[in-house]
Amino acid sequence: MLLGRTANGLYWMSRYIERAENMARLLDAGLRLALTQTTSSAEEWTSLVISAGAENAFRARHTEFTSTTVSDFLLRDRTNPSSVISSIETARMNGRMVRTALTREAWESLNEAWMSLKRLLAAPIDERDLPHVLDAIKREAALIRGAFIGTMLRNEIFYFAQLGTLVERADNTARILDVKYYVLLPSVHWVGSSLDNYQWESILRSVSAHRSYRWVYEADYKPTNIADYLILDPRMPRSLAFCYRGITESLRMLSDDYGARHPSHDIAERTMERLCVGSIKEIFDYGLHEYLDGFIADNARFGAAVAENYRFY
Amino acid sequence: MVAFDEMHPESTGLRDPYKKYQAWLAEQDPARLTEKMQDAERVFRKTGITFAVYGEEEAAERLIPFDIVPRILAGSEWRRLMQGIEQRVQALNAFLDDIYHRQEILKAGRIPKELIANNEAFVPEMIGVRPPAGVYTHIIGTDIVRTAENEFFVLEDNARTPSGVSYMLENRETMMQLFPELFQRIRVRPVENYPQILRQSLSAVKPESCDGPPRLAVLTPGSYNSAYFEHAFLADQMGVELVEGQDLRVVDGHVAMRTTEGYKRIDVLYRRVDDAFLDPLTFRPDSALGVPGIMDVYRAGKITIANAPGTGIADDKAIYSYMPEIIEFYTGRKALLPNIETWRCSEPASLKYVLENLSALVVKEVHGSGGYGMLVGPAASKAEREAFAEKLRAKPSNYIAQPTLSLSTCPILTEAGLAPRHVDLRPFVLVSDRIQIVPGGLTRVALKEGSLVVNSSQGGGTKDTWVLDD
Repeated sequence: MLLGRTANGLYWMSRYIERAENMARLLDAGLRLALTQTTSSAEEWTSLVISAGAENAFRARHTEFTSTTVSDFLLRDRTNPSSVISSIETARMNGRMVRTALTREAWESLNEAWMSLKRLLAAPIDERDLPHVLDAIKREAALIRGAFIGTMLRNEIFYFAQLGTLVERADNTARILDVKYYVLLPSVHWVGSSLDNYQWESILRSVSAHRSYRWVYEADYKPTNIADYLILDPRMPRSLAFCYRGITESLRMLSDDYGARHPSHDIAERTMERLCVGSIKEIFDYGLHEYLDGFIADNARFGAAVAENYRFY
Repeated sequence: MVAFDEMHPESTGLRDPYKKYQAWLAEQDPARLTEKMQDAERVFRKTGITFAVYGEEEAAERLIPFDIVPRILAGSEWRRLMQGIEQRVQALNAFLDDIYHRQEILKAGRIPKELIANNEAFVPEMIGVRPPAGVYTHIIGTDIVRTAENEFFVLEDNARTPSGVSYMLENRETMMQLFPELFQRIRVRPVENYPQILRQSLSAVKPESCDGPPRLAVLTPGSYNSAYFEHAFLADQMGVELVEGQDLRVVDGHVAMRTTEGYKRIDVLYRRVDDAFLDPLTFRPDSALGVPGIMDVYRAGKITIANAPGTGIADDKAIYSYMPEIIEFYTGRKALLPNIETWRCSEPASLKYVLENLSALVVKEVHGSGGYGMLVGPAASKAEREAFAEKLRAKPSNYIAQPTLSLSTCPILTEAGLAPRHVDLRPFVLVSDRIQIVPGGLTRVALKEGSLVVNSSQGGGTKDTWVLDD
């Protein structure tokens, strides 16, 4: 038996831990792209903020998109509810609320991450220290995940947390692709320039897939392959297919436990089917942007349905 | 006035209960002890055992300092205390039952009527209500101070929602982690089973209408409450849900909690929410912390609320001064554990005495707790005393006064080695069809040299409390 409020807390705790980590990856990629200095850096930083879903909030605080303003906004700004510091604080607040549902290890790893990131992000970050800071954020997220996966009982508590992680991750990957969808489209001007190469690598890097991609596709950057890898490949742990495979799996465990199915299960299964049977060509034919837009909306609808079906509120 | 030190009293050198500990201590490298002290702090911070102090925004989550030198009681000392506490707790429950029913004690003229009638802690809605199993106060923290080898006094009866038991448990856990070898050398009675006893005790007072095993829950005001850690800790240790008001509603005449599978009935609610916030339909209408209609369910006998609403009338500081009479009235015997001499400022003669002797007295608010709003006469400046005297004259019935006791001391580890500091003791008592007290309790210690205020909100710390198995 689990309180609806606790399920809600677990779901959002996991979403925000995932979000903190995604912010670090996103910035990591942005930083790398800025180093290449081949593109308009303001444009890149802008698209980064859009990927983070924080454009309006950013414009309310800053006028210029630079590495300093963007990294400060995404890492340290408490007025940005999705910044790393806000995310880890929200995650910890939720974790504290559901304290009894967590193992000691899981709670302590979250609490320690909060303490260490609060210290790390207390003062503005020098550009030279950014790589170190981003690594530390990813490491803390990995420690929390490790403690969680290593010590938590596989029951409803675990599955609601899984749902949060995967819904957040799917949303993140879809947004990254959507913001950059145009660089993946076959273009009349396309000549496979180094410029495109940087762009493609940056997409892969922002989901930490640049290395694994090279193994799978023999280091050959092709837009269709990149899209295929991040959307349809269930082996890639940040792909949409991977996320929905995990989501349907968690839902199946919940319906087994509870002996009840809900509308949210149908939504997830429909999304999963589209990710299984579709080929990347079909998606390009349909329109990559339209497809991703539809996915982001479905994913959000799914999250809302879970909250309703399992009485989060 | 030299305080009685429980380890090294002036007269005899080293007291028996500390002999084995002293022998161990003598073998330790001081540097290692200092290290252990730091380890302890890390353990506490990591686990998130923090304590919110009202009015200190930055330090919203502060640690209660922990001292690694245990406070040790001999088995015989403990047995004596237990008898006194049991008698007191029996009297408290009998008093509550009487006050909300026949009011014999008022009719007998042992307590002034207006003390009850005009008391904010008296809950008229409880008149004529018989709680399940007839128990009013299920969980009590009796504050005890010591002044000499054989002088123990009760300072306060916390009969509403006493806190601190999680520190008792975590302190022991920490000590066992830091010094496993000590527990092999010295036989200390265990306190670890408190959560099980609490669960059994609460289950034993389930409503009559509940057939099967009762479903328990702990009700917390929420994660912003200063004692939230303890609420979560106890729910977790008992293996029951930790609920907030927003999780609960009255469904089909029962209190039920919203789960992922719909509403589920609750039979016993260990509430850590004050009376005033418990039911917005009965008490404070603006309360979002309680459950609308829970009092109706309670009066219908469909839920146990622990502690019962209205128990505050028994631990009110003005009532405290009548405890010797109350104990004698209901148990037919003199109190085994004495009260501290108390002047009720509502009585003109007492008020006069208190005002004349302010520099020697401790003055407390009748309804205050946590060390807020009190005056420690000997430690206060002349200006502070004069300001307080004004408040006293303005509303005398709001205050009681007690002599400044020379509380016993116990050594703590400081940078300069062991140094004596004043301590008190809060054992935790559980009442169901019987009375149970885990051997130990929370020892609070005033960390500042010479200070007599042990409250954690005022810079106090805690120690592990050992009752020897001898």
